[in-house]
This record gives sequence, C-alpha cells and structure tokens, in this order.
Amino acid sequence: MKKTMMGNYAASWGAQLARVQVIAAYPITPQTLIVEKLSDIVADGELDAKFIKVESEHSAMAACIGASATGARAYTATSAQGLALMHEMLHWAALARLPIVMTNVNRAMAPGWSIWADQNDSLSQRDTGWMQIYASSAQEILDSTLIGYKVSEKVLLPTLISFDAFFLSHTMEVVDMPEIELIDKYLPPYKPEYKMDVNDPRSFGALTDEQYYYEFRYKMQKAMDEAVDVIKEDGKEYEKITGRAYSLIHPYRCEDADMILVTSGTIAETTNVAVDELRAEGKKVGNLRIRVIRPYPKKEILEVVKGVKKLAVIDRNISPGYSGIFSQELKSALYNEVDIPVRSYIAGLGGRDVKIEDIKDMANDTLKNDAPNDLIWKGVKI
Amino acid sequence: MRLTIPEHEIMTPGHLACQGCGGSLGMRYALKVFGKNTMLSIPACCWAVIDGPFPYTSVNVPLFHTAFETAAIMASGIKAGLMVQGKDTTNVIAWAGDGGTFDIGLQAISGAAERNDDITYIVYDNEAYMNTGIQRSSATPHGAWTTTTPVKHYKKGPKKNMVEIMAAHRIPYTATASVGYPEDFCKKLEKAKNTKGFKFLHLLAPCPTGWKYDPRYTIKLAKLAVQTNYFPLYEIIDGIHYKQTMKVKERKPIKEYLKYQGRFKHLHEDEVQFFQDFIDENYGILRTKLE
Repeated sequence: MKKTMMGNYAASWGAQLARVQVIAAYPITPQTLIVEKLSDIVADGELDAKFIKVESEHSAMAACIGASATGARAYTATSAQGLALMHEMLHWAALARLPIVMTNVNRAMAPGWSIWADQNDSLSQRDTGWMQIYASSAQEILDSTLIGYKVSEKVLLPTLISFDAFFLSHTMEVVDMPEIELIDKYLPPYKPEYKMDVNDPRSFGALTDEQYYYEFRYKMQKAMDEAVDVIKEDGKEYEKITGRAYSLIHPYRCEDADMILVTSGTIAETTNVAVDELRAEGKKVGNLRIRVIRPYPKKEILEVVKGVKKLAVIDRNISPGYSGIFSQELKSALYNEVDIPVRSYIAGLGGRDVKIEDIKDMANDTLKNDAPNDLIWKGVKI
Repeated sequence: MRLTIPEHEIMTPGHLACQGCGGSLGMRYALKVFGKNTMLSIPACCWAVIDGPFPYTSVNVPLFHTAFETAAIMASGIKAGLMVQGKDTTNVIAWAGDGGTFDIGLQAISGAAERNDDITYIVYDNEAYMNTGIQRSSATPHGAWTTTTPVKHYKKGPKKNMVEIMAAHRIPYTATASVGYPEDFCKKLEKAKNTKGFKFLHLLAPCPTGWKYDPRYTIKLAKLAVQTNYFPLYEIIDGIHYKQTMKVKERKPIKEYLKYQGRFKHLHEDEVQFFQDFIDENYGILRTKLE
C-alpha cells in the first residue's frame, strides 16, 4: 500500500511493522515526530509494545539495553545532542551484543544551536560497534528498519539508521508500506540463544580481565565481517518480497565512469540528478552512494572504483584537524590497493543546502584538476 | 518461635567482598526474601566486583551489570522486556551503592520513580565511593574523613536526605533499613516485593575498609547507627504516611557510634557535639512526621 509520508513517519511505521516490543524515547528536534507517532500507534493498540517515556536519551538507550537483554525487540530514536548523551550506552549495547535498532535524524552539534542536517552526530559514534546505515529516501528509512532488525538479530550487533534532518525527516515522499504478513515471514520474533532468564541464571557483563576481554573484541570484529554478507543476503531476501534492493553501496551510472562522486545521505539523491545532467553534457561521471559505513564495504567499493581515473568525495561532516570522514575512510580503503587521486569536499554543514549546481561545480572542479586534495571547503564564506 | 528470615540461601559463598562487608550481607537477605524469580540490575559499585569476575557469579539469579548512572532505568528496561513477554511476576531489583544512587544515578532514579515503574531500588549505603578507594559522595556524613575529604578538609555539611527525596515522588513504598536488624530489613523486603510500583529501600551497610574499623564491629555499628538515632528505621507509604519500625527508648550518644570508626577520629569534642545536635534536630523533624 502506497502512502505519502514524512521521513520521520517512515521510521515510526518501520518500527511498527517490525513489531518492536519495547520503545524508550525522549523528545529532540527533528526526531520528535517519530516517537510522537509511535506513542499514538501504541496508545491506539496498533502495536503491542511497552513505551517508556524516559527522562533522558542516556536512559532511553539504557532501557533498550535492559529490554533487549531479556529477549525483547527494542527501539529508540534520537538526534545530535541526544545521540551524544547516549554515547556511553552505545558502547554498552554493542559490547553486550544486543540487536537494538535506533533511528538517528542527522542534526548538527551545538553550539551554536542548530537543528539542521549534518552527519557529525552519528559519525562521532563510528567506533562504538554499531552498524551504521545512511538512508537517502523515506522508503529506505522504513525498509532499513526491517532489514536492520533481521541483520542485527543474526550477527548480534546493534544498528543505527541515520538520515538528514528536514531534507528527509520532514519531507513528504511516497512510501510503499509492505503487507504485515510478508514482514512477519521475513522478520520472525527475536529468539536469542542467551538472555536474562530466571530458569537459567547468568551474569551479563561482569568484571572481565585481559584473559577474555581481548577475545570479546575479536568476536565483535568477526561479527562485523560476517555482517557484510548478511546485509547483502537479507537485502536480497527483502527484494524478493518487496521488489526493492538494498546493499552496502549503491552505485549509479558508475559502470563506464571516468570519475566517480562518492556521497551519502540526501546529497546522494541530488548527486544522481547532477550525474544525469553531467552525462548529458558528455561527461562520464558516476555516483557511488555509501549506504553502510560500518561494517565498511571495502571490497565492494574497490570493485566499483578500480577502473576510474579520479574520485571526489562530498562530506556533510568534518573531523576537525583532518578532513571529511567518508573521505578518510575511502582513502584508507584505496591505500595499498589502487592508486586513484581523491579530491575531498566539505559541503552542507549545519543544513546548508547542497544544490545540483553545487555538485556539478565539485564534479567539474575534479574533472579539470588532476591533483588530489584532502580538504576543499565548497562555498565557504570567508 | 517462627523465624522471620527465610532459611534458604540463594547467594553462594566465594564472592569477593571484604571481610565484614555490610553490602554483601544486605544482598544475602534481599535474595532470601525475593527468591529465585528475581533479576538484578547492578551498576558500577562494590557489587560490580563482589559478584565475581567473568565467568563466575555468586547471586544465582540473572544479573545485568550496567553503567554507573543507570541502575534504575536498566531495571525499568528489564521489567518492560519481561512484561511484554508475559513475565510480569518476575521481580526486578536495582541494587546500587550510594554513589550510584545519591550522585550520578539520581536522575534515572527520579525518572523511574515518577513513572512509578514496577521495580525495587535498594541502595546499600556505605557512605562513600568505596569501590574506587573511599572518596566522598553526597551520602558521606558530616565530619567524615575520606581520601577526597582529608582530615584538614573533612566533609562539612550533612549527607543528602535521599529518603525524603524519594518520598517527595509519592512512590508507594520507601523505607530505611540496617544490616544490624535483619528481621526488620526482611519485613521491608517482603513489603517491597508485594507492592506494585516503585519501591525504594535505603540500607545502611557499614564498611570496615572505608570507615576504618575492625571488621568484627559491622553488626555492632549497624545497630548503634539506629540506637543513636543517626539512622532511624522507618517506612513511608505513598510518600506521606510515616511509620517508625524500630523504636529507640533512650537514644545513645553519637560518640558511642563514632568512637569505633577511624574516619571520625580527628573530630574534637565540639565537633562531636555539633554532630549530636544535628542528629537530634533531624530526629525531631522526623518525629513530627511519624504517625
């Protein structure tokens, strides 16, 4: 059934279709609509879940961890400052190997107060052990929630689904809602091998010396490695029931490209349009959207880019003191493998619009410059 | 005579508590009363170590080790997870030290209490951050030495009145208890177990390591704290109905309690008198509320 909805509501309905059992959440713009809608859905009896209206995001994540440890499917949503406040518990969820799924509406970190799109909030959580997805459409938000639980519950790692504030959170798009019967088959109830159970009492997360801790980390890495294939498999299975395919990367017109733009989030959607226009001008460019940054799809990216002459990365984020984060990730993937010059652009921080023309500018700049460049500030006013 | 303390043991020997630990006695009683159909949320505190290192445990009920400030909300999350799976009858206890309760965990406790989440919160109060090596908390009493309140700058000002804070949330059950009076403690545990909603038990748990006393005096001090009115035993129903559960006919002078403890040995006569006056004033306030 097709419906017109804001990106935020696609997250709410995704959680409903996933039959989440415990929701714990705290309001923050621009995420708030997600949990408001879920409050209605739960209050109206359309979802059999317990909704804990917590007093902070830190507690929201802690409650999800507690619920998940008993074997319940847990969900929360947040943005920016809220995600940062959760940081300690993000490590906790991942090291406890709990398959929680969380939606994060990418919003710039304060100060100055900003409620607009920027990926620094979620990328600051890159090393917490969560799988990280960057969605570029409302449809993908809903679909990623369902695929997210399926993958998470197999590899026992939590999933963070991020998307841009307002450009997606508050923009109406047509979304196809899959039939619940199909989803119930795709995503059966969560049945963990180990959980808190009074008939099998165990201690979880106890004091762990170096005899064991090191191997916990090793196993987490193995689970991340395994997740690359699981994301592909579960994406394909999802395609069978809905016709919509998802993988870790989404290349667009990359097959014969001389130059590829590497993007994420809503900028990737705009880039597809820019690529079409550039192609019409006879320029052989493509767009490689990175959908999943953890686990990092190194092999998959190399397969797409290995033949190109140049790469340009557009980052709506910055690691102060170095450069854009997707750019750093890409360059580390290329090193020792292929020698392709990379030009790295920062664009759209704090919700500044990145227009088709801006993307074409960056593409043309890369096409005419052969030298790599770690940091180009697109449109900075100085 | 009928025993009011259950005979069966759930907690096992082999745990890692110091000799004379009031906190380990407290857990033993709590599990006796709550039984096997119980789950524990334990944040950073002595008990994060006492239970034993991975893969050992000494509590014999499911235990989730959690972050310092999350004992209450972790218990709420566990309870919610159980409820949606039809396991409403399982008891969930948040078991935390005074640092995790009076200080860093206060926000999450207040949240869970205001929502009246169906959990029992038990603070075993040893009046400082003992697990990290005796640093002052807001539960440290006036006059006490700790490693962060050295003798030259001993703790000035009273300990935070956590029981009043909890009563102000109008939760169904709040009580104080002492490991020196296990029958009283067990009765309160029983009431907490049989009450729906948020329950808060404030258990005084003497700590020989941090209070600097001979471990054989744990029970003596736990009793003296009550007999001097330093730590009166009472309960509060719905945040308004106060009832004393252990009446003290003639209170003993506080110096009887202080003299065993190295943490107070620097106090001069006038400071002891100040402490005494403060206790009498506090008890006077409590008396006006007792029914």
